Amino acid sequence: MLVETHNLGVHRSGRWLIEHVDLTVSRGEIVTLIGPNGGGKTTLVKTVLGLEAPDAGSLHRAPGLRIGYVPQKFHLDWTMPLTVSRLMTLTVRASRAEVLVALEETGVGHLMQAAVQTLSGGEMQRVLLARALLRDPGLLVLDEPVQGVDFTGEIALYELISGIRRTHGCGILLVSHDLHVVMREADRVICLNRHICCSGVPQTVASSPEYRKLFGPRAAQAVSVYQHHHDHAHALDGSCPGDHDHGHDHHTPSGAVDSHGEHETERGDA
Amino acid sequence: MLDDFLVRAFLAGIGVALVAGPLGCFIVWRRMAYFGDTMAHAGLLGIALAFLLDIDATFAVLVVSLAIALVLLALQRQRAIPSDTLLGILSHSALSIGLVTVAFMAWLRIDLMAYLFGDILAVGRFDLAVIWGGGLLVLAVLAYVWRPLLAATVDENLARAEGVPVAAYKFVLMLLVATVIAIAMKIVGILLITSLLVIPAAAARRFAATPESMAVLAAIIGVLAVIGGLGLSMEADTPSGPSVVVAALVLFLASLLPFGRLRRNV
Repeated sequence: MLVETHNLGVHRSGRWLIEHVDLTVSRGEIVTLIGPNGGGKTTLVKTVLGLEAPDAGSLHRAPGLRIGYVPQKFHLDWTMPLTVSRLMTLTVRASRAEVLVALEETGVGHLMQAAVQTLSGGEMQRVLLARALLRDPGLLVLDEPVQGVDFTGEIALYELISGIRRTHGCGILLVSHDLHVVMREADRVICLNRHICCSGVPQTVASSPEYRKLFGPRAAQAVSVYQHHHDHAHALDGSCPGDHDHGHDHHTPSGAVDSHGEHETERGDA
Repeated sequence: MLDDFLVRAFLAGIGVALVAGPLGCFIVWRRMAYFGDTMAHAGLLGIALAFLLDIDATFAVLVVSLAIALVLLALQRQRAIPSDTLLGILSHSALSIGLVTVAFMAWLRIDLMAYLFGDILAVGRFDLAVIWGGGLLVLAVLAYVWRPLLAATVDENLARAEGVPVAAYKFVLMLLVATVIAIAMKIVGILLITSLLVIPAAAARRFAATPESMAVLAAIIGVLAVIGGLGLSMEADTPSGPSVVVAALVLFLASLLPFGRLRRNV
């Protein structure tokens, strides 16, 4: 057990942002947090990180736990001259070789000397992921790691994250609005709408009535479709290039695609 | 050599510029220019208090500047009034309270212009010692907190999640800015101090690939501005503080010239 919360609540400006949240993340496990915007996903993550103080319940972290964090938003002003390698070692001391190994693991070793401001959205996410890995974390916390990444990039990024779990053995707490892709790799999915409305293995959550109420029946259908056909790539419209003769209905998963580009606003951020 | 007031003026100006450059980088990176301005304006209230209580002016300016910075940080936690409005209120209020307080002390005959715009030619041996002693102290502390302060500046939440005590380093930064305001007051005056912090740092940005090189370049550009400004002041009998700022502006404008494809992508 890396992190455990019991009956956790965060109260800000006269209302509960989250309440009665029981969450555990264990070593080698991917826990995915989904839920509507404003449902408290980022608040929960920030509380786990120690950025927000809980107002109710308890939060336990394994003693000496090192956390690698990829924030939801990362913007560096042009006035700050910073290379990628320097960004990597802001809070840890590491040799050039160690930095390069981490960057190469996420496929961006060639960007080591690039100015941070010149990175694309996908490159930035991979650099931030490498940066988190450089800390040799016991727990990786990834808040919407596929933002600003195109659809095929998303799948590649999730495969990378899944690979990290296998090679590093760390626990991963993942926030996503992106249901259909993320569920494949998750051990457990927690649907958060201020409180936990359902949780369990992806299939259980997808078929639960609370989940259907939040995301609509077609979102659940999209998950099951994806479960059956994870051996091929989906094109942007949800169709499967070069593979037309199977019986499944490939609707664009509305619940998932509609939420693209929407960002949960940060709360309680001093 | 120190008997010559011109030599003292140049040494004092160079001392201030060497500190203001690197510290000014943080003001630019953290978008604190107006914040620094407010702290400086509060310095006049410090001057008034120093005369009223008969204490050292440099110390009084430091304390009052730091106090207003802490008040600002506390007020910024509430959301009802936006930060820039708050700065606008406090900046000009602090200056006005200082001016009104000085006017009330009718028995005082102080040269207000010297405090508002600087009187570098009146720098004595003791002032010089304060500038270089205080300046070296600020540089030493800045070097000591450089890494965590930089991490907190790049992304505050990320730094906090990674165990950097951000609030403590913010306080240290406020303390350093207040110190520089206090020791730079004699040189450029309360109204112009922020320019000595911000302009050299802004001019250095284009030629810097790392935060450290930007800090060093800002210090050098600041020194050049002081030398140029004081030279102008002597040649043309212009006020010293504004002359230094004009020289800094000229250097900043020069930094905008298209120097080939120099560091285009940095």
